[in-house]
Amino acid sequence: MNFVPMTQFRPNFMNAATHNFHVTQHKFSVSDSLHVFTIFSSGMASKLLHNRLRSLCRVSQLSNIRYSNSIFSTSQNHAQCRFYSEASQQTPLNPPPPPSPNNTSNTTSSTSSLNEFELAKFSSIAETWWDAEGPFKPLHLMNPTRLAFIRFTLCRHFRKDPNCTRPFEGLKFIDVGCGGGILSEPLARMGATVTGVDAVDKNIKIARLHADLDPQTSSIEYRCTTAESLVEEQRQFDAVIALEVIEHVADPAEFCKSLSALTIPGGATVISTINRSMRAYATAIVAAEYILHWLPRGTHQWSSFLTPEELVLILQQASITVQELAGFVYNPLTGRWSLSDDISVNFIAFGTKPGNRDETLD
Amino acid sequence: MNRLSVGRRIASNICGVRSVHRTLCSITGVKNPDLVSEKEPFDKPGLTDDIPQYDIAIVGGGMVGMALACSLATMPLTKQLSVAIIDSNPALVNNFHIKKEDPPDPRVSTVTPATISFFKDMGAWEFVQQHRHAYFDKMQVWDYTGLGYTRYNARDVDADVLGCVVENKVLHKSLLSCVQNTDFQKTIYSSRLSAVTFPTRSSVTSSSGTSSSASGSSARLELDNGNSMYAKLVVGADGSKSSVRELARIQTTGWKYSQSAIICTVEHAVENFCAWQRFLPNGPIALLPIGENFSNIVWSMDPKESVDRNSMSEDDFVNAVNDALDSGYGPHPQSKSFEGGNIFSWLKPDGISTHEGFEVPPKVLKLASQRLAFPLSLMHANSYASKRLVLIGDAAHTVHPLAGQGVNMGFADACSLSKVIAEGVAVGSDIGEVTLLKRYESERKAANITMMAILDGFQKAYSIDFMPINVLRALAFNGAQYISPLKRKIISYASGNQLLPLFT
Repeated sequence: MNFVPMTQFRPNFMNAATHNFHVTQHKFSVSDSLHVFTIFSSGMASKLLHNRLRSLCRVSQLSNIRYSNSIFSTSQNHAQCRFYSEASQQTPLNPPPPPSPNNTSNTTSSTSSLNEFELAKFSSIAETWWDAEGPFKPLHLMNPTRLAFIRFTLCRHFRKDPNCTRPFEGLKFIDVGCGGGILSEPLARMGATVTGVDAVDKNIKIARLHADLDPQTSSIEYRCTTAESLVEEQRQFDAVIALEVIEHVADPAEFCKSLSALTIPGGATVISTINRSMRAYATAIVAAEYILHWLPRGTHQWSSFLTPEELVLILQQASITVQELAGFVYNPLTGRWSLSDDISVNFIAFGTKPGNRDETLD
Repeated sequence: MNRLSVGRRIASNICGVRSVHRTLCSITGVKNPDLVSEKEPFDKPGLTDDIPQYDIAIVGGGMVGMALACSLATMPLTKQLSVAIIDSNPALVNNFHIKKEDPPDPRVSTVTPATISFFKDMGAWEFVQQHRHAYFDKMQVWDYTGLGYTRYNARDVDADVLGCVVENKVLHKSLLSCVQNTDFQKTIYSSRLSAVTFPTRSSVTSSSGTSSSASGSSARLELDNGNSMYAKLVVGADGSKSSVRELARIQTTGWKYSQSAIICTVEHAVENFCAWQRFLPNGPIALLPIGENFSNIVWSMDPKESVDRNSMSEDDFVNAVNDALDSGYGPHPQSKSFEGGNIFSWLKPDGISTHEGFEVPPKVLKLASQRLAFPLSLMHANSYASKRLVLIGDAAHTVHPLAGQGVNMGFADACSLSKVIAEGVAVGSDIGEVTLLKRYESERKAANITMMAILDGFQKAYSIDFMPINVLRALAFNGAQYISPLKRKIISYASGNQLLPLFT
């Protein structure tokens, strides 16, 4: 096992079922458990952690992988990939983390042996990501509201006609932490040239399969990589969008610097996350995870939430000026999300990087 | 970057498999997605090996189907969608004009002020105004017992009209010409729908060649004349015996009324400006002005009586109609006056119609068209939307004609659906996605069910001849006539300006 610095370790993603495939290929060792325990030995974190460790011991005996339940929220997978992607980048010959550890088509030679079984397997899981009534239902419900904010602010920033059906034609967007592509596809339908990145290869495969179903979205470029490596490749985009990612990142300040480096001068950055407030603890953690079971327990860690002030500050340090903040509120009677000024739970920030876009256009 | 190359090889392998199938299958093969030019303009229907792909397929080009097409054509966000309209009615393709000298068609509809403003927003109302139509601003409703009556006047709610009666073919032609005047991409298929297949989960893994990945998530429609097409969203607007609804196996709830309706056009000596409705023991008879000296009759009755009255001679029928509207079955209601301590004087009724006395409807001179009869029933689809399918108009609900609301509910459905589709396009969603369509359903279902419950309640209340019920009905008539706030609410609800009768 490759060395992973302690600061990058975030155990808040663990869950029994997801551990199925991680345990079998990673061989989670006792030393890791100790690391976990020492870092988070206080407060509410430890209680969650106890459960994780217990379930971990139970699960390590399991060798079956259950596909249908093995997909959970984006945040979960992001967090996993934050950890495992660092590991895998140092050893590129590690097999990608697919659901079945056995017959993965490794690297170059055996692709012709890809068979119906593989395709069917990917597709059977793919449906859960895109099943609007399935485990990702809260995300699907919130999606139109997030898109409405993005459309409004970006149309105004890039001075595009909001009544046009494809206002983002000619603009390059990147969706950091795209998951199954729930945000990338609508952006592509709005005309943008979208690149979706996620560090979990499974998500990328699912996103690719689904995007190929519609000619309008089959041009999305999906890559299994991280924002930092794209910075190294010196890619730049008109708008960088990272929704519900920053609360799972090890170092939010560094992450914001990477996002800023990916944005061209005069471009836009959109980040959404959950506020570190008491109300958010009651709503997003207690209600969503424990009572309503919208998200698996341990998806979010309250201590890693950012307040709007903190987010504005670290974006400022990354030379991005936040122009607009908005919140999402859920109305339990109608079952719909809407945009509001209430940023006490979920909020989204739109910022711009100083500079003139025209100078940098190719 | 091994994962990336693996991913790309998966894609190319799928395509490789498919291109093999292309040569083997005699039916249309599949398109290689990698060969799709990424800059292909998506504003014309794409082709997948000769099977056209549309954004929306509207099955049924009647009034409600065309209203949806017209509404989509006139909104900036949706006017670039490609639409296929499937209807075997020749009126959609041949361009005959409606002449003013044409005799009035007995198939008419009463459009409410809400529908009139919907048409005006789309720019489809000027055509109607150039052809035969009749605004009416007064309405009188009473029953055979003679115990009460209600008169409504548009000026009770400070409006100009209570509604307008227009022939169905005029409404249809107006919507059709409005669509044809825009550069909306529509293709009219003059055929009937024979089969429709909705994508299931298994179609996502298509490597068997039966559906291409480019349209793997679209619905496939087959027509009687052999055409096929793919559509992201199928709209069922094909009437109460909707084939789309049957093919999609959507269950319905409802019952047949033991009534049939006869409709015909009649002529008077003077012009008629008021809408009249009298509830008889076996069903209501309505007299609606349609312009010049003509009126339209909608008479609901027992099925057996309807057979008799359909076949009796014209003179006999005219006599029967006059009798039904005048003093047959029961006496005229008394007009109430307000001088000297009347029991209703404490209500201090205001409004013009409360001071209007009872009037006898104009006498019918002769029939001006053939008589048509059709059975009446109530029907409501259990769900309006499922994956890639949505129902509007009579395909989703049918009601009794007693309040002239049926097609108005359909137009409201079309308006609501086009707004929901526009919202979906604005945020780049897939228009056939269930969550988007369920928003339309939740908006319209509540309003439609409320209206249907009220109309069904009326139908049942007026079909019982039992003294206590008669007295209750009389109280209802008098209450509506003299309690002005109640009357204003009734007019406002029936005009479509209010979606629910009580809380808005």
